[in-house]
Amino acid sequence: MSIEIKNLKYVYNPGLPGETVALDDVSLTISEGEMVGIIGHTGSGKSTLLQHMNGLLKPDSGHVFVDGECITDDKTDLVDIRRRVGLVFQYPEYQLFEETVVDDVAFGPKNLGIEGEELKKTVREAIEIVGLDYEEIKDSSPFELSGGMKRRVAIAGVIAMRPSVLILDEPTAGLDPTAHRDILSMIRRINEEKEITIILVSHNMGDIAKMCDRVIVMENGKIVLEGRPREIFTQDALLESMGLDVPPALDIMRKISKSIDGFTSSALTLDEAAEDIKEFMKRKK
Amino acid sequence: MIRDITLGQYFPGKSPIHRLDARTKIIGTFLFIAEMFVVNNFWGFLIAGTALFTVIGISRVPLKFIFRGLTPVFLIIAFTFVINMLMFDGRVLWHWWIFTITYEGLIRAAFMVIRLVLLIIGSSILTLCTKPIALTDGLEKLLRPFSKIGVPSHEIALMMTIALRFIPTLMDETDKIIKAQQARGADFESGNIFRRAKSLIPILVPLFISSFRIAQELALAMEARCYHGGEGRTRMNEIHFNKEDIVAAVLMTIFLGIIIGSRFIA
Ligand SMILES: Nc1ncnc2c1ncn2[C@@H]1O[C@H](COP(=O)(O)OP(=O)(O)OP(=O)(O)O)[C@@H](O)[C@H]1O
Ligand SMILES: [Mg+2]
Repeated sequence: MSIEIKNLKYVYNPGLPGETVALDDVSLTISEGEMVGIIGHTGSGKSTLLQHMNGLLKPDSGHVFVDGECITDDKTDLVDIRRRVGLVFQYPEYQLFEETVVDDVAFGPKNLGIEGEELKKTVREAIEIVGLDYEEIKDSSPFELSGGMKRRVAIAGVIAMRPSVLILDEPTAGLDPTAHRDILSMIRRINEEKEITIILVSHNMGDIAKMCDRVIVMENGKIVLEGRPREIFTQDALLESMGLDVPPALDIMRKISKSIDGFTSSALTLDEAAEDIKEFMKRKK
Repeated sequence: MIRDITLGQYFPGKSPIHRLDARTKIIGTFLFIAEMFVVNNFWGFLIAGTALFTVIGISRVPLKFIFRGLTPVFLIIAFTFVINMLMFDGRVLWHWWIFTITYEGLIRAAFMVIRLVLLIIGSSILTLCTKPIALTDGLEKLLRPFSKIGVPSHEIALMMTIALRFIPTLMDETDKIIKAQQARGADFESGNIFRRAKSLIPILVPLFISSFRIAQELALAMEARCYHGGEGRTRMNEIHFNKEDIVAAVLMTIFLGIIIGSRFIA
């Protein structure tokens, strides 16, 4: 499923003291099956942009098309759009409310009218795909789980609606390294096995470089750069001027290249970096 | 939608009204509230309304912003009008089944509604033009003399500070939770009243939990910075009366006189 955004503009508190132009003439296209990363400094408008993709916010001007259908019309069935475009908010664990994990995950599908055996199956599938043990966890209260597990239950709650696009706003923020890694591999699994389009917002450049096919860079409500990770992350001066970083692997490789003669590498991920070093050692021998 | 509630909100500005000492404004507001009950005819309201809108003019808070604060209480205002209209005996203007509208009832209803609107606008000026911190500081100072007889002035002021401080936080939180549940297909707008009430659970439970979390974090943060109550605490900004406050006090006294005088216009 594709998402197309044309000349989007959104202002918070128009005409009041707190007036903020959060999006200014934003246009972009996301095609089916892609994994797209969105990066940008705090307050650059990433979360605001995401909320337009499933009709939670209505733009002041511009249009959003989901699969060619304009969702900024008044006539569109927003619940159906929200089923197709799943949005996982920042810190989604704060939206849990049911007594058991199963009930909470079932909230979304129930709102869509799914019931009976199919509901059970959907919920079970969603819990398993986020890497939790269904039998073990199904009757526990979501409030007594660890932070990382809560986060996964919350993500399962969106996946259970069987979206064709999954949008995640900083899904790894505040997690320990293991949970962090698990969430990332889960996202990749969903993208590859279920062929769900993924839109990922993150402040972790390493994750973005490792995961995404394409990166969109935002600043002050505008899209300033767009391209493959390699095209984006080789423009360090520009990124730095926007308060952004390059992936740590690239940073280290640059430093090594500078101090060791004959070594060059533009690896973006640790795996690529290891490859380049191995290659260099072989040549030296 | 939830952001339309302006009650207790501060509208930043540098007008003379903003610059007044919070104590002057608190006393002025309470005086104004009392005066609204002294008034016994429409001339009084005309005078009070003129004075009120002059103050709003000086404060440079947009009228739009002030009237927006009335929308949440619109139901109460309408209810007041209807009840008063139907409850008075006198010259009958209209009668149907058990409902009777009288001339006196209409007058009475208009009177009550004007009083209510003036009261609401009058008190919202106080919060619109006074920083919450200044407001609670002022209140604490005003209540200080009563701490001798056991009024916990500091604690009251602190509770108010915290409550005011967390109104926007909790509103943001509510907004976020509503959106998150809408993203999961929740529908808060359709269905009968029972379904709608039930659809609030997915909002209220997380909101409740968030409030406890926020409260706990705040308590810990205060303790970590050695907060130990009001005894012996010094303050960053001492508040004091200025020339403007004297001018305001004089004007307020004159206004009080006029309002009392207005009772005798027949
Ligand atoms: N509910 C709101 N009311 C008013 N202003 C808002 C609101 N939400 C966001 N803003 C403002 O809009 C701008 C964009 O915010 P947004 O949350 O989209 O940024 P972001 O890129 O997601 O930032 P972060 O990385 O911190 O999550 C910011 O200047 C912010 O202050
Ligand atoms: Mg954000």
